[in-house]
Amino acid sequence: MTGIPFLSLAIWVPIVGGLLALATGSDRNASAARFVALFFALAGLAVSIPLYTGFDVTTSAMQFVESYAWIPRFNIYYALGVDGISVLFVLLNSFITLIVVIAGWEVIQVKVAQYMAGFLIMSGLINGIFSALDGVLFYVFFEASLIPLFIIIGVWGGPNRVYAAIKFFLYTLAGSLLMLIALLYLFMESGGSFNILDWHQLKLGMDAQTLIFWAFLASFAVKIPMFPVHTWLPDAHVEAPTGGSIVLAAIGLKLGAYGFLRFSLPITPDASQAFAPMIITLSLIAVIYIGFVALVQTDMKKLVAYSSISHMGFVTLGFFIFNPLGMEGALVQMISHGFVSGAMFACIGVLYDRMHSRQIADYGGVVNVMPKFAALFMLFSMANSGLPATSGFVGEFMVALGAVQFNFWVGFAAATTLIVGAAYTLWMYKRVVFGPITNHHVSELTDINNREFVFLAILAICVLVMGIYPFPVTEVMHASVNDLLKHVAASKL
Amino acid sequence: MNFVIPDFYPAAAELFVVAMSFAILLIGTFVRDSRNIVYFLTQFTLVGAAAVTIMTMDGQVNFTFSNMYVDDLMGDFLKLMVYFSVAIVLVYSRGYMQDRKIESTEYYMLAIYATLGMMVMISANHFLSIYLGLELLSLSLYAMVALQRDSARATEAAMKYFVLGALASGLLLYGISMVYGATGTLEISGVAQAIYHQAANRTILMFGLVFVVAGLAFKLGVVPFHMWIPDVYHGAPAAVTLFIASAPKLAAFAMSMRLLVNGLFELADQWQSMLMFLAVLSIILGNLAAIAQTNIKRMLGYSGISHMGFMLLGLMSGVVGGDRHFALNAYSSSMFYIVSYVLMSLASFGVVLLLSRAGFEAETLDDFKGLNKRSSWFAGVMAMVMFSMAGIPFFIGFFAKFSVLQAVVAAGYIWIAILAVVMSLIGAFYYLRVVKVMFFDEPVDSTPLAASADMRVLLSMNGVAIAVLGLMPQTLMSLCAYSLLGSL
Repeated sequence: MTGIPFLSLAIWVPIVGGLLALATGSDRNASAARFVALFFALAGLAVSIPLYTGFDVTTSAMQFVESYAWIPRFNIYYALGVDGISVLFVLLNSFITLIVVIAGWEVIQVKVAQYMAGFLIMSGLINGIFSALDGVLFYVFFEASLIPLFIIIGVWGGPNRVYAAIKFFLYTLAGSLLMLIALLYLFMESGGSFNILDWHQLKLGMDAQTLIFWAFLASFAVKIPMFPVHTWLPDAHVEAPTGGSIVLAAIGLKLGAYGFLRFSLPITPDASQAFAPMIITLSLIAVIYIGFVALVQTDMKKLVAYSSISHMGFVTLGFFIFNPLGMEGALVQMISHGFVSGAMFACIGVLYDRMHSRQIADYGGVVNVMPKFAALFMLFSMANSGLPATSGFVGEFMVALGAVQFNFWVGFAAATTLIVGAAYTLWMYKRVVFGPITNHHVSELTDINNREFVFLAILAICVLVMGIYPFPVTEVMHASVNDLLKHVAASKL
Repeated sequence: MNFVIPDFYPAAAELFVVAMSFAILLIGTFVRDSRNIVYFLTQFTLVGAAAVTIMTMDGQVNFTFSNMYVDDLMGDFLKLMVYFSVAIVLVYSRGYMQDRKIESTEYYMLAIYATLGMMVMISANHFLSIYLGLELLSLSLYAMVALQRDSARATEAAMKYFVLGALASGLLLYGISMVYGATGTLEISGVAQAIYHQAANRTILMFGLVFVVAGLAFKLGVVPFHMWIPDVYHGAPAAVTLFIASAPKLAAFAMSMRLLVNGLFELADQWQSMLMFLAVLSIILGNLAAIAQTNIKRMLGYSGISHMGFMLLGLMSGVVGGDRHFALNAYSSSMFYIVSYVLMSLASFGVVLLLSRAGFEAETLDDFKGLNKRSSWFAGVMAMVMFSMAGIPFFIGFFAKFSVLQAVVAAGYIWIAILAVVMSLIGAFYYLRVVKVMFFDEPVDSTPLAASADMRVLLSMNGVAIAVLGLMPQTLMSLCAYSLLGSL
């Protein structure tokens, strides 16, 4: 395909913007850094939109393909392309980056240039992850994207930020290093190719598939995160600044799930089938057990973090029941969770900026002083608990339906999340927003300003539109999902 | 008597360095306050040697001095890297040496003779010329460590270095004598021929090989012959540590190539299993011990041990079950690793030197606290170096690890590759800790950084090179592979 290399632009425009923001230097030029960041976040979104509008929904082939030899010595290519699965995430990521830049506008006052640059560079790297068609290129983006978030958590995070940042980094690095060995092994087995699409066709014995599957699992399970390797996430979320939490929840968690679709399922279909019961069990534990863990949290951010793990359990469940409804539902759930969890963290950020507390017990009666905020927060809480007409409902419903097709009891267990999810989210909402004002700090709160209203309202619109009319999202992924499922069903032995 | 004048052409660069060293010695003796002149002449010598090396480079393998000396592409490439890193070392160390009043003609002379020693090691085609080069390098380094006469720590380090280094030389010589006993020759290609024709006594040869490998391991600083590294790195003046931790590694790599690959290639199965043992131990011990260090010089010392282990991973993957198919890939990966390591090592000690000033050694982790607030740029440079050493992309250290691991996996040692990555995860922890103190902690010392402009510029370029070569490693990788082609 010729024409404008939109994928490269989606990667490099934010990175260049980040470097320019860095170049503005010290906090004396903070507003310059902010405007540079805003401009490049907008530009990044602008170059991502043609990926959607120009997308051909009838084919599962890679589109907007670019391929240049990068390191011929090892046959590594700078190969980019998106299919119906990845294109949505590039868009989501560019969109969330814009939200984060706006959300951090006045809140961040120290080292503004580095903060904005961190998010822009991370945005470019993450677009690279979603569009890489070369194993090494994928890995390089995957690993490199750890650095900005590490710095962001460590510099602008809460009191226990150092512990959280290092834990986050080492956990994720541990997984991905094993993936590197798997990539090298595949390179050897395929006779010297790092092309992911070549690997999809590569015949592999069961032993090799098993090892490769576990290596990928180590990497992606940590990233999602799946039970029982999820413990880094609550720490990272609690300590991260608002922007970091938004990106981590909205995009960071999707990287692992995306890895399953791009690597594990198509490269090792037989091993995936063989280990599906294990993954399904772990997913159900995440959905139910972590749901109950969320119920007892006293810290709002921790609560939403656990709820994210629970929702991501739905995603892995949807992947490993191997039917179109489940998989599309899981993808819709990923996009929806991107908006909803991002919005939840943004709302908590709004409260935290005013009160400097995330404890549920410190609040109560917020609706009396912040009515506009309470209304928006209400919508996101509803979406988080999966209320119909919000985006949260669509994905969960599709996955639950798929799960019932697969096995009634699996579907039944998964559907309990609609109750547990509603319980922890709405109970938190009730304790924070409703009731009488018990804390005099709450009575001094001011309602959201225009900037906060704008980015929350944009997110609210996304949540509602996707809840009422999800067709534009499902239409894009349909061909690719069917093709992937066909691929998984065909044995490679 | 029939005296044949040897062909000086292949050794032109060495002769140039010798001539210049005499000139500088005379100037240093007779010109009052000659330090500036000596400094610039030393740099000129290195640049001149680079020019001569490039001019005499013809892509052929040329022997001279009765086959005791060889000039090939691998040698030329490594020598260029040596000049380059010594020149950088001198720029970085100048301010440091001046502040401590130990900048002298001797320092520069020793640096030049150490360089000459490395050049001889790199180009040796005879066990004795290797030994001569090695001793010239080592003796210069011992003296450099002891330059700071009033420091007990430096003197102690010099003693340790000398005693252990002499022991290592002894082991090496002993091994060489056994190889001579078994094959009847000391010329490297002759030794290879003798082993190939089964003319050598295997038992004696094996004994010799063990001692040769032990001597090499001492010089590379790999476990269990690593004891001198932390103490010498710690005790020596930081500028000398920088020297020890950079260019000599290139020479040690060349020595391994000449001895093991060119000379004893027929015994590859034997020395590969020894190297595997050394490599695995180094990677484990280097990374684990580095965690416990609070002194950054010691930490970088241990980290260097683990990096040398990684480099050996490539050397041990060249021959699989008699199949030499992988040799070029594996050895060039090692070479790429060592060149990358030298670049990173230069930058890391460069930052240590940058933070040091008269009467103050920036050597504990605490001295790096809050560097981001004092100088964002150099904190960024150090962070890049640390991420690169930890093997995080897009930095050159990632591709160094990548290419070595690729060779290891290709040779079928998957479990060793897994062990290596698990250990590099542990390694990531202490590199991250440096980033942590620089970015997350508050500064305890707000003295502005005082460093000369040339050092700032060069250190910045060094940092940028680590990132740029990480984005585009192809050129350096193929240079390594290409320069090795003729020597295998």
